[in-house]
Amino acid sequence: MQVDIKTTDIHPVRQTFAHVARRLGADKPASRYQEATLDMQPTTNWHYRPLWDAEHHVFDVRRSSIVMADWYTFKDPRHFYYGVYTMARAKQQEGVDKQFEFAEKRNLLGLLDDAARDSLTRVLVPLRHYEWGSNMNNTYCCAYGYGTAVTQACSYAAMDRLGIAQQLSRIGLLLDGSQGSSLDAGKIAWLSDPAWQGVRRVMENLFVTKDWFELFVAQNLVFDGLLYPLIFRHYVDEVSPRTGNALAMLTEFINDWYAESARWVDATVKTAAEESPANAARLAEWVGMWRDEVLRALGPLAALALGEQGTAALADVRAEFDARVARLRLAA
Amino acid sequence: MSSNAPTAPAAGASRQPVFISLQTNDISRGIVDAIVADNPEATVSEYPAMVKIDAPGRLVIRRESVEERLGRRWDVQELHLSLISLSGNIDETDEEFTLQWGARR
Repeated sequence: MQVDIKTTDIHPVRQTFAHVARRLGADKPASRYQEATLDMQPTTNWHYRPLWDAEHHVFDVRRSSIVMADWYTFKDPRHFYYGVYTMARAKQQEGVDKQFEFAEKRNLLGLLDDAARDSLTRVLVPLRHYEWGSNMNNTYCCAYGYGTAVTQACSYAAMDRLGIAQQLSRIGLLLDGSQGSSLDAGKIAWLSDPAWQGVRRVMENLFVTKDWFELFVAQNLVFDGLLYPLIFRHYVDEVSPRTGNALAMLTEFINDWYAESARWVDATVKTAAEESPANAARLAEWVGMWRDEVLRALGPLAALALGEQGTAALADVRAEFDARVARLRLAA
Repeated sequence: MSSNAPTAPAAGASRQPVFISLQTNDISRGIVDAIVADNPEATVSEYPAMVKIDAPGRLVIRRESVEERLGRRWDVQELHLSLISLSGNIDETDEEFTLQWGARR
């Protein structure tokens, strides 16, 4: 008896959703990211305008002065949709937990000299409040922004900021033997230490910035783009050796996250700038204005964090930021 | 992009066809997309659970192009997870995976 093996080729009736196929220009297989992003936000069939803002629809392009022919031109270079994002972060969090466990078991931050402990309490721990503010701002961008391509990534960024705030809190608890006293001291510093008041003022100004795209630029590009390198590179590099390099280990995720997130921020700003000269001019204006504000605010903080080297570190950070903005063709 | 364009085969280089066939899956879809973008002469044929790409003379798979499409870091070695078969002499670096017959560029 002879057995013939035959292969049957079964073609799916359609490769993807009709609305995705329309965007891809043909019925071809789409990535999960495309299917979870393109045209997800409802655009039609609203019964009422929102009572809290009768001038606009619930989702309204007029909430920003940035004009896009198609808000789905934006693309997250990380291709994050809910599934991939949560899996990526869960994996990273496991690594972070291991590092904190190690630091706790060996009491790495319990053995600091008083000067280093005081410095970390005054410089690093208050950043919990900065991170919470960034969470608020990214949530605002998600709420009032237009198009899932941008808003979903803002939502993930908001969650990331809460995660980073928690990590900073855990560093605080390692400093004070889980008493919470460093967290209290950090909050007092955030509220009343002169070195922090500039940063706090800029953050509160961001809370009342109406244009969500301006807020996106001010928080994610300018504020983070200047504060993160100053604190998590210059300051951490300075202090970490005094902690037996425990600090570098405990802030590793934060640095990795910043590099990863910057790719998304840059891609988003670049897409908006390339859309039209009007957009580019508007973005450059925002970048210039907020950069000057933030640099003024960071002066005293740089002095608190790095003493006499603060000025040089800040100049260095500024030069780097200007180069980044020039790469995005937004030199202000 | 012009600097990233695949270099034209040197004069006198063989134009004998090379091919690579991959399993049809989410990752190889990105790889195939990248190959098509970087090799204008490549032709793609779909088979049950397999996709075969033929190219005259030379075929290059660039890490950067694949990463752009997958949205994550991609090691050229990961190609082997989807690889079924190929023909041609292999030249492999951290950046590129090249198939061609005969002389190296």
